[in-house]
Amino acid sequence: MSTPATSMNALTIRLDDELFAVEASQVREILDLVPITEVPNTPAFVGGLINVRGRVVPLADLRVMFGMERPEPDEDTRIVVMEVNIGGEPTVAGILADKVHDVTDIEAASIEEAPKVGMRWRPEFVKGIGKRNGGFIIIPDMERIFETPGDRNSPAAASEERSAL
Amino acid sequence: MNVSDPTDTFRQEARELLEQLEAGLLDLEQDPANSDLINFAFRALHTIKGSGAMFGFTRVAEFVHEFETAFDRVRKGQSAANKALIEVALEAKDHIHRLIEEPDAEVSGGNEILATLRIIVDGGTPARESDKVVEAPLADTAPSADAPTWWRLVFYLPSDCLAFGTNPILLLEELAELGPNRVLALTDRIPDLDSLDPEVPHIGWQVDIEAADPAAAIDDIFMFLRDSMELTLSRLEDAAPASDADVPEEVTPVAVAEAPAATAKPPAKRTKPADRAEPDRTAATSLRVPAERLDELMDRVGELVIAQARLTQIAATSSDTALKTIAEELERLSSGLRDTSMGIRMVPIGSLFGRFRRLVHDLSGELGKPIEFVTAGEDTELDKTMIERLADPLVHLIRNAMDHGLESAQARAASGKPAKGTVRLSAVYSGAEVAISVSDDGAGLDASRIRAKAEENGLITPDTKLTEQELYHLIFAPGFSTAKEVTSLSGRGVGMDVVKRTIDGLRGTIDLTTIPGQGTTATLRLPLTLAIIDGMLVRVGNGRYTIPLAAVEECVELPEGIEAHAKGRNFLDIRGSLVPYLRLREVFGTSAPPEPFQKVVIVSSGDGRVGLVVDQIIGNNQTVIKQLSKLHSSIKSFSGATILGDGTVALILDTAHLVASGQPQGEGYSLSGRAA
Repeated sequence: MSTPATSMNALTIRLDDELFAVEASQVREILDLVPITEVPNTPAFVGGLINVRGRVVPLADLRVMFGMERPEPDEDTRIVVMEVNIGGEPTVAGILADKVHDVTDIEAASIEEAPKVGMRWRPEFVKGIGKRNGGFIIIPDMERIFETPGDRNSPAAASEERSAL
Repeated sequence: MNVSDPTDTFRQEARELLEQLEAGLLDLEQDPANSDLINFAFRALHTIKGSGAMFGFTRVAEFVHEFETAFDRVRKGQSAANKALIEVALEAKDHIHRLIEEPDAEVSGGNEILATLRIIVDGGTPARESDKVVEAPLADTAPSADAPTWWRLVFYLPSDCLAFGTNPILLLEELAELGPNRVLALTDRIPDLDSLDPEVPHIGWQVDIEAADPAAAIDDIFMFLRDSMELTLSRLEDAAPASDADVPEEVTPVAVAEAPAATAKPPAKRTKPADRAEPDRTAATSLRVPAERLDELMDRVGELVIAQARLTQIAATSSDTALKTIAEELERLSSGLRDTSMGIRMVPIGSLFGRFRRLVHDLSGELGKPIEFVTAGEDTELDKTMIERLADPLVHLIRNAMDHGLESAQARAASGKPAKGTVRLSAVYSGAEVAISVSDDGAGLDASRIRAKAEENGLITPDTKLTEQELYHLIFAPGFSTAKEVTSLSGRGVGMDVVKRTIDGLRGTIDLTTIPGQGTTATLRLPLTLAIIDGMLVRVGNGRYTIPLAAVEECVELPEGIEAHAKGRNFLDIRGSLVPYLRLREVFGTSAPPEPFQKVVIVSSGDGRVGLVVDQIIGNNQTVIKQLSKLHSSIKSFSGATILGDGTVALILDTAHLVASGQPQGEGYSLSGRAA
């Protein structure tokens, strides 16, 4: 795992009780919670659609991928609209955040590779772990996370394929 | 309007002309004596030459020149439009196309084509005066009325023509090419020096030409000026007294005089060229617009429709009558605007069909199979983006039908069929869809061979149980080919899997039907994917969904207590006919408790009718289709999403897929689909 050369300009968000950092350059805007339309028969990770200024944008919940609690939204809940590469195509998607903190620089030197043990998250979803103020910041691998539910070999997709014939 | 690059305009026009030329040549092959077709081909070549030279495509102009001459001779009946000539003309058309697309590249092959042309034309034909020589069919194409006589042409150019870059010298030179001639300048209209405007061509010309029938050629020469200039053409000996008059009607008697010669041929054959002439006549009233601008317009209209829906919703809850009136008016306007802008994007599918005639023509020769190509439903209109994306899949299907579907002429004769095979391409509306079929009258799909091949390729195991449809659909699997040997057509690394992928991408379906010994039909069912549709908004549990109104046949109430005696049969009796139904609550795994009075929306798709049970029918609305992202593209039950008046997102039901899932062979939508 290679780490960025100098530092990472990141937006920090809280999910459940953990701090996450997403690449600030990928962030388009931050919205208050809007009505979410449920998409039946989809993986819970991308089970919703929202209206972002006239565009229909999928809403993803990283907490599903990290096996975290999903408490009811409160006044801190935000939607971070990001541009993620999915299958080589830039795709606009929203992610839920229990709270949005700030934009900060994380020193490249302080980012470490995710340990294979001692983590409750699937290691392939974690790009690295940064440190700040004595706490840890998880840097998720957004590309990898978003690739997973759309995987053509997943059972849900396969059964859809067949019924289409 | 700002036109970017004039050469682009030329290219576009030339492309269209070449397409028409190709169609004309293919028609001419069927009907070699048709003088309208010959004239048409000649004019197309002449225009390409003329405007090519004008826009600096000199290589095009030089190349076309010889063809123009050749067709001129065919036109005059000195040469016949035989198969060899048409073959080389088709090659030439391709060559011109290359020259136009890549004017700077080294495009070779032109000299060979010209050499072939010379051999064909020089089949002993001497110079242009002799019209009673050579090949047999001349007798009826060269009536005596066409013998060269002297004609007097008098013309005055439009006063603004110099400002637009017309060079009278070039026009005179072109006229001179028509035959021996005398030119006289008419100075009668030159004003006094005081009032002389040097930018106005005050001089007229009288040109006497010896030619067979120069009317069409003269029309071509003055093509861009004809509408605003004075021009009279008269046969010299008949019309000597009128020669100086400015009566344009003089042209008409000439045309009439020529008519008997033309009608000597069977009149039935005159219908096609009439169609072909159509684009020329309508050209003045149609407008060329870059595709992106249309897309942009459609986006804007879409946004307007959403904004209007929100306004309507707010007005509905308001007591302000003025607001209500405006909302209503805006609704009417935006719906009109929507229909108009949508109409702009619709293109008859015939524009696509035309291309395939050449494909079939070439392939028929290459494969050595005589094939008749029949098309139907050219008027069926489809969104232009849809049409563009359909071209490739249809090419594959047609190739496949010709290469694999049709047997060889000998095999056909042996099984008692006509040696000439038929490939049929047709399009027809079917509910909210368009069905496009490619059928052949060949041997039909060989189920056992497909199975053997699929097992060999490891696609299935010998104990895999498949329905007939599933088995046939294996031909769309990547890397699958039943061709025993690789011909120049198959084995190019592209196959039917591309067809499947493209049609899937358009959210369409492919049906295959085959009758052993009688042929195969592949039917593509495609949504009309317009950017905006009328929808019926329904509620299922807490979710709201839009059903395309075009697919909705009727709505009924679900009889209470129907479950009690249904016992797993989900059928309704609608005026005596059985209609199966799907409970969308179950399909979508809705957990909220059902409403006491559920409604059934009966939708149609192709020949299926299926009821969709919903909790509530909210009403009709205009729906702007937004494509779902890649993250949801595998969910087939929705064709897209839309934004409602209150700003929330609603999913649009893909009724075709729902109907398919309600049919017994489909697996349906498993309730376990809600994987976490």
